[in-house]
Amino acid sequence: MTLTTTLIAGLVLGGTYALVAMGLTLQYGIARIMNLAYGDMIITAAFAAFVVQALPSMNPLIGLAIVVPGGFVFGYLVYVFLLSPLVKRAPDKATLEVDSILTTFGLLFVIQGVLLVLFGSNYTSYTFLNVPVSIFGTTVAANRLIALVLALTFGLLFYALLTRTRWGTALRAVAVSPQSAQLVGINTDRAAAVAFAMGTALAAAGGTVISMYQTFTATGGVVFTMKALIVVIMGGVGNLLGALTAGLVLGIVETTVSTYVDPGLTLAATYTIFLVVLLWRPEGLFGRRVR
Amino acid sequence: MITAFSFAALAAVFAALAAAPFFLGTYGIGFLLGLVGYVTLASAWALFSGPTRYVSLATVAFFGIGAYTVAVLYETLPSWLVLVVAALIGLFVALLVGLSTLRLAGVYFVIFTFGLAELIRQLVTWYEVNVTGTLGRYLFVDYGPEVVYWKLLALCAVTLAIGYFIKRSRWGLALKMIGDDEVVAEHCGLPTARVKLALFAASSVIITLVGAIQAPRWTYIEPTIVFNPTISFLTLIMALLGGAGRLWGPVVGAVPLFLLFEWLSANFPDHYSIILGLLFIAIVFVLPNGVLGFFEEHWNRLRARGSAGRTELSQDREAG
Repeated sequence: MTLTTTLIAGLVLGGTYALVAMGLTLQYGIARIMNLAYGDMIITAAFAAFVVQALPSMNPLIGLAIVVPGGFVFGYLVYVFLLSPLVKRAPDKATLEVDSILTTFGLLFVIQGVLLVLFGSNYTSYTFLNVPVSIFGTTVAANRLIALVLALTFGLLFYALLTRTRWGTALRAVAVSPQSAQLVGINTDRAAAVAFAMGTALAAAGGTVISMYQTFTATGGVVFTMKALIVVIMGGVGNLLGALTAGLVLGIVETTVSTYVDPGLTLAATYTIFLVVLLWRPEGLFGRRVR
Repeated sequence: MITAFSFAALAAVFAALAAAPFFLGTYGIGFLLGLVGYVTLASAWALFSGPTRYVSLATVAFFGIGAYTVAVLYETLPSWLVLVVAALIGLFVALLVGLSTLRLAGVYFVIFTFGLAELIRQLVTWYEVNVTGTLGRYLFVDYGPEVVYWKLLALCAVTLAIGYFIKRSRWGLALKMIGDDEVVAEHCGLPTARVKLALFAASSVIITLVGAIQAPRWTYIEPTIVFNPTISFLTLIMALLGGAGRLWGPVVGAVPLFLLFEWLSANFPDHYSIILGLLFIAIVFVLPNGVLGFFEEHWNRLRARGSAGRTELSQDREAG
């Protein structure tokens, strides 16, 4: 592989990471839920896309129109039925954090169990637009390019929603200070539910995009959660552009490691980055100290 | 409070457990072995995570390290030395995790431990495939399951004893304070990071030893077997069911859940993770302080009604 090929492959992967990390940063930054089942929501979406694209006269791109709203509804229901009672009961932030970690850890096993029953533990994939496209002097599969374009489109769309609309400003106010947000008439509970649902919708988009160019398995959720979490911390919790940048960086580093060192060491590379961030700038590369 | 009588009763229980292999068949020994293993795991987990409320999701990472160390070294070193080596590796990893995360907010620790088992599994797989050229190892030892069981039982007793003495020492108070309010603890001059680190290391070494002692049970070991995330999950749910803040909580939680798990994995091998996951969520919702905390709360309330006036419900919510 040449350097350009590696770089493009890294950008494709990084774009996907950035996309899913944005969803997680919404959930943790605004809804204050540390969602350990996040990766399994991504995998669920990947399987959903797999099922949808197999239907007659369907393809994954149209599938997005089903899977992403589906993710939104699923996330909303999970928040309202599973997490909102915990939020209301928690006397302080630390208790909520522990409770949400435990609940979503339980949810992880439920989702994984359901996926295993439905689809088994084998690696799954489908072919979609696996045709070579020539770009910058190298050839890339068209599905990867589409994945990158989709990731960036979704990312920028959500960024614009959050920064340019009144509704997005309200969500960001909740992220900065839930108490003060209530004082100016923002319904924080609803904002949290919407943010959590939006986060799940982004996970669904990410899962669909991933399914277009990667194999996936029912038990692979942990790794995605881990990578999304590391990107979120690198970018600074609640910081969308930080997540975007950090996601691209992680994708490029991982692709470089798997091309030039060994594909079996990508998670080790991820952890090394995490370790460096923890020791050097735990508030994130682009974050301010807010906690 | 444990009196001389309770000590005698406890000694009798352990003596009976130690004698059990002479009366039981292979299945019985295997069953007790698994049970004692999980009691030890849950107790060791609660040793650190109970009082400090730092949720560790890395149980199986240390368990797997222990088991794999034995699989690699059991032919070259005497068995006690293998255990020492396993403990040292566990200690090293625990210090690495602890030093990089325990001075930060608890959530970094959780995240780090969440992926740790997967990281170590991938590293071991990579090492086995690229350096030794084989994936999976056979493990034949010249002693039977009863020896494994006795070793585990001894480790279990030691773990409970450590838990008991920590609770009664200055360390126990320090830990409780860290769990209640870390900022206050720090202002009182407690070296919070060091206390947490030491306890996390102790807990991880015990978990590593459980893995190392249990390893011969498998005879064939490969990364996917010994780094199975279900082990982390079961340990956590057992400790939480009983009440992680109490000495006997994990024991109380481990026994029924182990029975349930045995039954589920025999009858619903494909569905047990769904059932356990739902059960786990239910426990977090209904019994946030565990069974023991629940009964203590209600007992206190009953007593409060009986002797109106001088009451204290201060023990409510002490564990969390």
